[in-house]
Amino acid sequence: MKKTIILLLTLTSIFAYLPVRAQELIQGGTVSGNFQIDGQYYNEDKALGITADTMAGKRYGVNAFGNLLYTNGKFTAGLRFETYLPPMTGYSTSLEGSNIANWFADYKTDFIQLTVGNFYEQFGSGMILRSYEEWSLGYDNSLKGIRVKLNPFKGVALKGLVGYQRSYWTPYEDGNRGIVRGADAEFYINEMIPSLSESRTKVILGGSFVSKYEKMTTKRLVRGDSIYEYKLPRNIASFAGRLNVIRGGWNFMSEYAYKMNNPSAANNFIYKEGQALYSTLSWSTKGIGVMLGAKRVDNMSYKSRMNETESILDINFLPPLAKQHQYSFATMYPFSTQPNGEMAYQAQIDFKIPKGNLGGKYGTQVSVNYSQVNNIKKEQIEEGIPVDSTGTLGYSSPFFSFGDELYYSDFSLFITRKFSKSTKANVGYVYQQYNKDVLTGHNGEYPNVLASIFIADITVRLNDKNALRLENQWLFTKQDKGNWVGGTLEYTFAPKWFMSVADEYNYGNDDSDQQLHYYAISAGYTDGPTRIAVNYGRQREGLLCVGGVCRFVPAANGITITITSSF
Amino acid sequence: MKKILVAALMLVGFVQMINAQETTEKRLPKLPSIDVKNADGQTVNTATLSNDGKPMIISFWALWCKPCIKELTTIAEVYDEWQEETGVKIIAVSIDDARSSSKVKPTADGKGWSYELLLDQNSDFKRAMNVNLIPHTFLVNGKGEIVWQHTSFSEGSELELIELVRKLNRGEAISE
Repeated sequence: MKKTIILLLTLTSIFAYLPVRAQELIQGGTVSGNFQIDGQYYNEDKALGITADTMAGKRYGVNAFGNLLYTNGKFTAGLRFETYLPPMTGYSTSLEGSNIANWFADYKTDFIQLTVGNFYEQFGSGMILRSYEEWSLGYDNSLKGIRVKLNPFKGVALKGLVGYQRSYWTPYEDGNRGIVRGADAEFYINEMIPSLSESRTKVILGGSFVSKYEKMTTKRLVRGDSIYEYKLPRNIASFAGRLNVIRGGWNFMSEYAYKMNNPSAANNFIYKEGQALYSTLSWSTKGIGVMLGAKRVDNMSYKSRMNETESILDINFLPPLAKQHQYSFATMYPFSTQPNGEMAYQAQIDFKIPKGNLGGKYGTQVSVNYSQVNNIKKEQIEEGIPVDSTGTLGYSSPFFSFGDELYYSDFSLFITRKFSKSTKANVGYVYQQYNKDVLTGHNGEYPNVLASIFIADITVRLNDKNALRLENQWLFTKQDKGNWVGGTLEYTFAPKWFMSVADEYNYGNDDSDQQLHYYAISAGYTDGPTRIAVNYGRQREGLLCVGGVCRFVPAANGITITITSSF
Repeated sequence: MKKILVAALMLVGFVQMINAQETTEKRLPKLPSIDVKNADGQTVNTATLSNDGKPMIISFWALWCKPCIKELTTIAEVYDEWQEETGVKIIAVSIDDARSSSKVKPTADGKGWSYELLLDQNSDFKRAMNVNLIPHTFLVNGKGEIVWQHTSFSEGSELELIELVRKLNRGEAISE
């Protein structure tokens, strides 16, 4: 009898208690996430060269993802599902598929953070390691493995990781890509040394180390009648050091990166070491801000597969030194980073002319930017051996000198002014020089493109909820496709509705059949974090670049639907 | 005796279940714990962001994003008045990467903004907040709970935003 009672007692307790524990576990946590669905339906368009034949039955494309995050106190788990059935035109066909793309579990306290699964990480400015994801490019080089972050003392941050990189849907197998290992340390001197905590000068030092291990050991090359077999390094290490000094409105940042010799498809299998230096200096106070930047990149392509030629499996990120424009004609000739060598500088000033005669009733905003990118000087190492020859040390290059070939330059001036409570305008002028051969991977086929762009963007607020925006753009060039004119008229009903009509007309094209209108009609509805947008029209062929990484967008005609939401 | 015991146990279980149910009321999400940098290069844990019990607006933006700049410029004109009236604080989280992150402070200063700036160079905070497209704006109440969010900007939607802040200050509920 007693036993039965005790048993009953125990069982009841357990059954009464279990659901409570389980519920606590679920209740203590929150689930959040987001979705995006991009769908396109394609029409035939003879003028764009799109016929039933060229489409080959591919009438639509769908790119979609969903992220789910579960957080409970110090614990977070996440899962990312992706669908490309089939991928939209312009995205790699290797993306085709539908599955869980990434997952992770993470535990974080003030002292330690542990991550298993897929993670994104950046050391310093990313010149020897950065994994990131950019949906609009179809780019994801997330690392899958283990990461540990430690904060042992105030002002000290340590990181260590090991993993392999995502390559579309290809599972990791022996030898199909390398293993990436890395460590980073950052020291905020003012937080480490109490007597400096009140100092106006803040100093941050950092250092990182990355190593790639790849199984491939030899590269066979046939040159004339001879067959060469090159021995390739299995481990390729890279190092970087950085310094950041901040005082009042001043901020100086500099990072130097060094990579050991890394023969690869990207550098034509030369055995030269790589180097990069990136520095910026800025000063600002309320009303004015100035930034100067300089960068040198020499043989810094660093991928976890040495035979890779596509823009995937990048271990590092080389920030391009050119302004990221907001208007479509100013992004028609975009700059993309040249990892094999570039010398660049940039200057930018932003200031506000205060209210008054010159500044007007509300003040006027001015922004000026200039950037220029050249090649690096490459000199033969030995008489008779051409620069960049496979199996050699490649070339020698004086560190601080600019090469003679211009890759890109961009001057821009933008003025924003509010004229009355309801009317404001943004006008701009941009002058670009674009080395189309180099930046689109050709050789001696195209002349440099010189383009002048004018922009006038006027917004009129009709009342508290209704507004009209008229955007006009003109592009003048004698090269490439000649002159363009574009206009957009947009109507918004805050905070939920928008609609717009737009046209870009290539009236200056030498080929009269290609003097086309790229028209588009769009409408959208936003409710909190949910947005639905529909676009019908023609899509101009071109390069879409984010962070110096570009994706070719082919010409298309059709309907695009985008649905995005988060919760 | 046995019956009393069983009844007592059932009572205990019942009470516990009720307790559990009380806590199942909708919990509002809080800010995740992510390390980002401020303009002084210091690491800031986003879970510690606060405005002394007053509402806070977190706005994700980037230098290349036209509507983001428009939104922050529009609000900048009335920000002083907003702060005076409601005590609200705006935290502008730039997702610019290493290409442009060193331009963020000079540009914000050059535009005369006085927002608190955070640099989310590798989009860690953006991912943890489930942000797809920018501008994406969150409204956080005095307890650090996310009560409202909105993506995109259209002229006049800043008026809705400040109205929601006023509602929060009056202690009214905000439904999305």
